[in-house]
Amino acid sequence: MKRSAAGLPLSYRLAVVSRSLAALLGGYLLASLVSVCLALLLPLPQVDATLTGLMLSFVFYLLAFIWCFACRSAWRAWLGVLLPSLVLGLLGGFAYWMKNP
Amino acid sequence: MKEGFRQAMAWLHTWTGLIFGWLLFAIFLTGTLSYFKDEVSHWAQPEVRRHALDPVASLGLAQRYLESNAAHSGSWMIRLPSEREAALNVGWRDPEGGRRGFVRKDLDAQSGQPVEARDSRGGDFFYRFHFELQMPYPWGRWLSTLCAFIMLLGLVTGIITHKKIFKEFFTFRPGKGQRSWLDGHNAIGVLVLPFHLMISYSSLVLFMYMVMPASIMASYGDTSGYFNDLFGRDEAPKVANVATPLVPLAGLYAKVQEQVPGARIGFIQVQNAGDRNARVTFTQSSADNVPYQRSANWTFEGATGELLKQGAPESATMMTAFSFAGLHMGNYAGPWLRWLYFAFGLAGTAVIGTGLVMWLGKRQLKHAKQERLPGELRLVEVLNIASMSGLILAVAGFFWANRLLPVALQGRADWEVNTFFLVWLAALLHAVLRPGRRAWGEQLALGALAFALLPLLNALSTGQGLNASVPAGDWAMAGFDLTALARGLFLAWAASKMLRPPKPAAKRAPKAAKVSPEMVEVQ
Repeated sequence: MKRSAAGLPLSYRLAVVSRSLAALLGGYLLASLVSVCLALLLPLPQVDATLTGLMLSFVFYLLAFIWCFACRSAWRAWLGVLLPSLVLGLLGGFAYWMKNP
Repeated sequence: MKEGFRQAMAWLHTWTGLIFGWLLFAIFLTGTLSYFKDEVSHWAQPEVRRHALDPVASLGLAQRYLESNAAHSGSWMIRLPSEREAALNVGWRDPEGGRRGFVRKDLDAQSGQPVEARDSRGGDFFYRFHFELQMPYPWGRWLSTLCAFIMLLGLVTGIITHKKIFKEFFTFRPGKGQRSWLDGHNAIGVLVLPFHLMISYSSLVLFMYMVMPASIMASYGDTSGYFNDLFGRDEAPKVANVATPLVPLAGLYAKVQEQVPGARIGFIQVQNAGDRNARVTFTQSSADNVPYQRSANWTFEGATGELLKQGAPESATMMTAFSFAGLHMGNYAGPWLRWLYFAFGLAGTAVIGTGLVMWLGKRQLKHAKQERLPGELRLVEVLNIASMSGLILAVAGFFWANRLLPVALQGRADWEVNTFFLVWLAALLHAVLRPGRRAWGEQLALGALAFALLPLLNALSTGQGLNASVPAGDWAMAGFDLTALARGLFLAWAASKMLRPPKPAAKRAPKAAKVSPEMVEVQ
């Protein structure tokens, strides 16, 4: 595997690092915010809504990971996890504020 | 990553598999051993004798022992002997003694006397290692949960990569080097795929409260409120400071049997023992149900024996989460299902192992003509050897230490664990010093000897070898010895393959190089 041994340009390597961070950290942020929104907004008893959010969060983490390595560039990877996180963050923040005025 | 979705997923599968494969191999192997945690512990402490189960008599013995030895403590625990655990285990809170202020004693289930068993962590060591990785709390749990997530990711990306999954499943080409490894990897991976998906997702469910705390914080503010809601706990009443004898526990056991006929009892907790406000809680054994059940416990007034309450019923969401937890731990499994769990666990270990071997094999082909591997490939080779055959040797080392260390040795249980890690370290050094194929062969051969001779060592050191355990019907002891023997034979077969010179290597290399363009994409 010569290609992976020496021939790769630095920019490619940096892009891989950037994608990995987007997946690991950005994906975690996204998954966390999904669980927060579900816990606060699902019309279920408090403990059931929290459990559902927790159990589903990993599905979104998984999707975020796949997105970060399937999309065309590292910038898109970040955009793809941060934009939904921003929306979910606003939604979750609003729901939290409604419950704890 | 420009090539398209499947190629991108194959890339992700390859590299996450490489980085986490070594650790995942260790987690899967020790986790698989944990399905026989109690049986391994029974082997590791042969002094604990097995008797016919008699819960009523056991409860009487435990109560008598605790009343005469732990009357100063208000908080007692009793674990009844079961089909899998021979000892009657009692414990009490004592700030001055024991580990973490809790004293534990194994009692003989017939005489009620403490068993002077050798100090050993037994199966519990492998069980703890598979999710704590011998690291300080909570780092090991975080790392192993991340590994579980990577395993889940590896499964999903693997399915995407091999979209012709069922066609490939029926294609096994033995004796074709690299191709056979890939076929084996795919066949085992697909065959036990439902198990793999369940086991990796359920590990996330087990630790989700720890790794995804944000929603608990947002909804409850702290974790204790969440746990109180989830497990339906409530506080024991305050001590009344009026000495009142505890009713006989055997009578309470009969009342539980009226509620759920035939229920096996896992453990009994006594709070405020010897006080007027004593509370006794019977919890049904986790062997009785697939999901963990918070409803399967009964709390009695300790002074009068009146049934106060049963655990709160579960919601459908809780049942889902608790079922994942139950499926992962497999406490409900009888002997045959337990063996199936063990086989599936080994299959998972094999999928990870074959993947690691393939990663290197593909890249080695390019350097077949050179005398030395490039540094990074050599590093992967050394880590492959140390993490696979080295770990197998370390497990064998633990069992040998269990039989050979003097029973009176101070800190004996810790020395068993130290032996495990020292053997592992020695295997790493050996892998560094010896050429790849020789190192594999020599370590596997030593592992074969170490496992195949374990039954003999057991017979000589404890007199409970196969000649004694089979006639006595002690199948946990005999099963351990037979499994060790089988593993020894398997390792001997693998070692003989490795120690023989690779016959058509030069001829095969160009052939494999011809197929590799398509495999490079799916590298």
